[in-house]
Amino acid sequence: MTEQVHIALALERAGWHPAAWRAQTARPHELTSPVYWRDLLRTADDAGLVLATIEDALSLADRFEPTDGLRRDRVRGRLDAVLLASYLAPLTSRIGLVPTVTTAHPEPFHVATGIQTLDFASRGRAGVRLVAGASAAERANFGRRATGVDALPASGRVEDSPEIAAAFREAGEFADVLARLWDSWLDDAVIRDAESGRYVDADRVHNIDFEGEFFSVTGASIVPRSPQGRPLITVLAHQTVPYRLAAEHADLVFTTPHSADDVAAIRTEVNTAAAVLRSDGRERLRVFADLLVLIEDTADAARQAARRLDDLAGAELASDARIVIGTAGDVVDEIVALAGAGVDGIRLRPARQPADVAAIAEQVVPLARAAGVLRDAGQSGTAGSGTLRSRLQLSRPESRYAREKVAL
Amino acid sequence: MSLPRQIHLAAHFPGVNSTTVWTDPSAGSQIEFDSFAHFARNAERGLFDYVFLAEGLRLREHKGRVHELDVLGRPNTLSILAALAAITEHVGLVGTLNTTFNEPYELARQLSTLDLLSGGRAGWNAVTSSDAFHGANFRRGGYLDHADRYERAREFADLAKKLWDSWPEDAPRADAGSGVFLDEDVPTRVRHRGSQFDVDALFDVPRSPQGRPVIVQAGDSADGRGFGAEHAEVIFSLHTEFEAARAFYDDVKGKLPAWGRDEESLKILPAATFVLGDTEQEAQERSREIALAQVRPEVALTYVEQVWGRDLSGYDPDGPLPDVDPDTGSETARGWANRHAAVRARIAKLRELSDAEGLSIRDLVIRLTATHTFVGTPQRIAAEIDRYVQERATDGFTVVGHLTPHGLDEFTERVVPLLQERGSYRQSYEEGATLRDLLGLPAPRATRPLTTGPLTTVPFTTPSLATR
Repeated sequence: MTEQVHIALALERAGWHPAAWRAQTARPHELTSPVYWRDLLRTADDAGLVLATIEDALSLADRFEPTDGLRRDRVRGRLDAVLLASYLAPLTSRIGLVPTVTTAHPEPFHVATGIQTLDFASRGRAGVRLVAGASAAERANFGRRATGVDALPASGRVEDSPEIAAAFREAGEFADVLARLWDSWLDDAVIRDAESGRYVDADRVHNIDFEGEFFSVTGASIVPRSPQGRPLITVLAHQTVPYRLAAEHADLVFTTPHSADDVAAIRTEVNTAAAVLRSDGRERLRVFADLLVLIEDTADAARQAARRLDDLAGAELASDARIVIGTAGDVVDEIVALAGAGVDGIRLRPARQPADVAAIAEQVVPLARAAGVLRDAGQSGTAGSGTLRSRLQLSRPESRYAREKVAL
Repeated sequence: MSLPRQIHLAAHFPGVNSTTVWTDPSAGSQIEFDSFAHFARNAERGLFDYVFLAEGLRLREHKGRVHELDVLGRPNTLSILAALAAITEHVGLVGTLNTTFNEPYELARQLSTLDLLSGGRAGWNAVTSSDAFHGANFRRGGYLDHADRYERAREFADLAKKLWDSWPEDAPRADAGSGVFLDEDVPTRVRHRGSQFDVDALFDVPRSPQGRPVIVQAGDSADGRGFGAEHAEVIFSLHTEFEAARAFYDDVKGKLPAWGRDEESLKILPAATFVLGDTEQEAQERSREIALAQVRPEVALTYVEQVWGRDLSGYDPDGPLPDVDPDTGSETARGWANRHAAVRARIAKLRELSDAEGLSIRDLVIRLTATHTFVGTPQRIAAEIDRYVQERATDGFTVVGHLTPHGLDEFTERVVPLLQERGSYRQSYEEGATLRDLLGLPAPRATRPLTTGPLTTVPFTTPSLATR
């Protein structure tokens, strides 16, 4: 029997090719318009994709890019991803909405309540993708922190840079505080007891009293427990320290295997970390594999389109993720191979938006369904049914404070 | 005959205090999206200028526990407004957002995002807060002196405006042919060094339809009024009694010329509650019923406990004020002397009022927190609102109902048509109008030219900027 996987989408302004905005089908003047994003998300939602992540950063420059002499041939500027996801919530019905949040500058309290509000507005389809650390460009915009993540150390290993290692510890605290705030109201905290005049039962709302290395947060969330209880926490990881962050705090990790062997190695490393770091009773960390895709009707046409964009960009497309330039059938072949290697899902990064999003929706999804590799397929017409957690076969977690109460 | 002065209305989502009667069987959820969607759609049906949401930074507490008697729990202000942008077309979306527990770069990009997503309908009620209780939920933590709060607010607003003005209207170029996405020198680099912020920023959100959100302000202190005259485009005041409202209007609008601003560049929209009836008597009776539901006996006692700072649960809400001394905490605590004197003065005022009118605890609290601004028939309320505006006591009102989320439905259905008949309220929204258009506000003055091109030094146009 064919192993089945979920298919997710990673949205990034004009797409993941640096020259994507110059493709003929691109909409470069609309990258911060609501209509552009509504169209993309409705396409993805109608196709039944399980979730869409939305990239974000708190700077005009890309992460490791110097701000002086900024290249003028790249897309610049964007919308705040959490607010964009909130806007998209009432306009979609099934797809999970997973905005990116960096953990060095935003307030964990505001992010926690923002994602809970997204969970209410989407009726249980909220998640968040956490990114550790602040680049030099981000730090200059805030003027608050002297050190951050400007480049990986020569070894390429996070643990060899004290600053980056610290950024990951802070990301861990951030994730921990999100989960605690999301648990701070028991599901039955609102009692509306006219007899006693009490709207809530104070015993069912808990201050989190968190004191960490990087910040402290005392109170409970201002938002009651949301439909999913805890919205989905996700991270993108390429090596040990981020895998450990995912294993300890995330529900889902995006990874970048380039082969079936890579998948096996990643699974081993993630499982080893989870065995040590993941708290008891926590469900298995879901592992997704990223693919950057450029899709045309023939492999030749795809190669030509890629070459044209490469020429415009002045360099061949490069990515941390495996790149597939070809037909929808080629993409599905890759998906089948990764599914066989044991990932739970695939996150497709479209080289060009909206062209490759349309190709994913109109070609990849039907072919994957026909090949029997698509999980969660064919539930058309069930608008609003099912939370993101339930689509991923993750249960709704009970609040840690409810467990404490039982333990007493 | 010239058109009468036009009335502006904001719809305030009922907050987490005793204004909201949750014990009413028709009261809905304070948190489900449907409540907010209904509220915003009703405001749009009533052609309101904007919906207005408060902000929660920490749950209220009483005697060391979260406060149980009132509605508790609310959404994140920015996220809910962004979601409402998707299901409304015309009505403005204004949120209260703090200058103490946010950073200018991040809040400026969030507000630009909201303005882009809503097609130019974003507004920002800029508030300051400073206490350690709220600070305990944030990285910044701590305590700011009153003067520092306004210094931070002022610097925050200045910096945010510079960030918003750093993108010209015609950017990005996004010229696929030439490959130029963004011209050189766009956006303008914003260098800001002050006592509160030290940044060297390149803003990453293109210019939004309004350029900047409409800035709303609520502070009533001397510092607050100064900030308002300088920065605010709408003031959300608490002066609703006619003469007090007119005095406030004269005072604040009188400060505008010093900042080079005219009367219409700032709208004053005090908070107002209302109770309708088919007859005056029915309205009065209903007002009393609602007040009793708002100030239940336990709510009245909690009010005086908060003033006194101590447990008064043995007192009868229908009896006189407690005769004990307040508890103002340790004399060594920061700011104790001022706090102690303020509590004493407050109690003396309560006693004076209660003695003069022979009020019980509960009736005193009703008098102070549940005196409804407008009580009467729809005709009478419409006439009153119109009088305030025509006689320059206000530019309109920020209306709050006592029920979530249907509290303003009857205002839309019964009062709005009468305001329209009087010729002082819009008959429809103008297609494509921004919030600033709805409010009849001038375009904001730029801190720099808004066309592409190398930035030369631009003389700042307001006194505060000139000194910086």
